[in-house]
Amino acid sequence: MSILEVTNLEKSFGKTRVLKGVSFTLEAGEVLSVIGSSGSGKTTLLRCINALETADGGRITVDGSVIFDSERTQKFSKAEQRRNQRKVGLVFQQFNLFPQYNVLQNVTLPMLLQARSRRDDSGRRALTAQIEATARGYLERVNLSDKLESYPCELSGGQQQRVAIARALALEPKILFFDEPTSALDPELTVEVLKVIRGLKNAGRTMVVVTHEMEFARNVSDKVIFMADGVIEEEGTPEQLFGAPKSEKTAAFLTRSYD
Amino acid sequence: MFWSVTQSLLEGFGKTAELFALTLLFAIPLGLVVSFGSMSRFGPLKWLVRSFVWVIRGTPLMLQLIIVFYGPGLLGTGAQNLLSGGYDGRFLQLVEWVASWTVHSRMVAALVAFVINYACYFSEIYRGGIESIPVGQYEACQVLGMTKTQAFFRVVLLQVVKRIVPPMGNEIITLVKDTSLARTIAVYEILWNAQKFTKTNGLLWPLLYSGLFYLVFTGVLTVLLRRIEKRMDYFKSV
Ligand SMILES: Nc1ncnc2c1ncn2[C@@H]1O[C@H](COP(=O)(O)OP(=O)(O)OP(=O)(O)O)[C@@H](O)[C@H]1O
Ligand SMILES: [Mg+2]
Repeated sequence: MSILEVTNLEKSFGKTRVLKGVSFTLEAGEVLSVIGSSGSGKTTLLRCINALETADGGRITVDGSVIFDSERTQKFSKAEQRRNQRKVGLVFQQFNLFPQYNVLQNVTLPMLLQARSRRDDSGRRALTAQIEATARGYLERVNLSDKLESYPCELSGGQQQRVAIARALALEPKILFFDEPTSALDPELTVEVLKVIRGLKNAGRTMVVVTHEMEFARNVSDKVIFMADGVIEEEGTPEQLFGAPKSEKTAAFLTRSYD
Repeated sequence: MFWSVTQSLLEGFGKTAELFALTLLFAIPLGLVVSFGSMSRFGPLKWLVRSFVWVIRGTPLMLQLIIVFYGPGLLGTGAQNLLSGGYDGRFLQLVEWVASWTVHSRMVAALVAFVINYACYFSEIYRGGIESIPVGQYEACQVLGMTKTQAFFRVVLLQVVKRIVPPMGNEIITLVKDTSLARTIAVYEILWNAQKFTKTNGLLWPLLYSGLFYLVFTGVLTVLLRRIEKRMDYFKSV
């Protein structure tokens, strides 16, 4: 069974149909890159899976449980919605760190709030200490152990994005989604972020990355999807898609991207 | 003479400070309620609240003072006349009852007018502050599994506070001086007491002296507000 199954996902904004029936699957431990020109619906796809938008049609299954189904008559309760939300994580293009909290606090805040709502009070002190230790561990993985006390405004864009990655990872989502994680960064800073994502792949994380970095998509992903006009125009291994694209649209897009 | 003037001004200043403090005490939270109303997703409520804010901000505070002070009394008299003229009705009785207790205190009338007026000004500042927080902050909260309440109190609120402290400071300084309008309905605040000496003794300096009170008061407030701003200097809003 695949860890992610997206079936016939549809989404319109007013009269514009942005997703026109998108279906794909992803296996645990795989990295999927989503490429495609501006406006093809990549962000919308990620936002629908992460419940920032409500799709109009289709079904999304993560790790065997349905997190969205337009056929479902009974709505998910608030608690169920949050439980579904926990299965997936999203890293934004603009980081969206919390400016008034330092690096460590940015990572621990969501963890603390979740732990409390789950009410496994094994002593608040012990719990807090344990969460902090976990958070430090994740920050070490993104090479930020020396910035724990810094505030977001004191960090470079690359560092901020790595905090955002640690913050999302710390909640242990089944799948981590990235929406153009390096597009807001200077070229010299994209390297450090891509290196972190590569490291996560080696650690066996399941990830979906929307990206304009063709080299990255080619070298790091197990699977690539090319989106055009709200549909998946072509999908395959990086070798197939970059080496021998079947669709003319794909070929044209790749030629343009390499200019 | 100096001492009797000082004593009289201090007495007046007591009223001024009381009006100032009570107005802030009530208007700061009431403003939040009004701002939520003006951002309501329920259209009729939103437009009702926004129209009300427009009326309050678009007319002189002095006019509002006079209306709050005399209005209920005049309505009450009207109601009474109708009642004694044989008309009956719970509504009229209610009007009369309300009128019977609001009219008694000039201070209460002044306070009501000030609180309503300032709550409306504050609500617009709050609204500006809340709406200036990028939607990405809320989205990050949602994706990180927070509830809406957690997002507001744990993430958004402090950023809003940081943004509204400077404009709130301006309004608060203005309020210090606006309290002198209360003399319109004969609340004996500091300026009224100072002018008393000009009228009866032909002295100018008590007026200047009262100006000194205002200066010291606003000076202290300015320093306090600067401190609050400084305390939030450690982070920059996104
Ligand atoms: N909230 C919205 N309201 C209306 N239209 C929207 C909204 N969000 C996206 N769209 C439209 O949907 C289409 C797809 O947008 P989307 O952001 O998913 O594209 P994208 O593939 O991520 O593009 P890019 O590479 O520029 O990020 C665009 O035409 C966009 O204008
Ligand atoms: Mg996009």
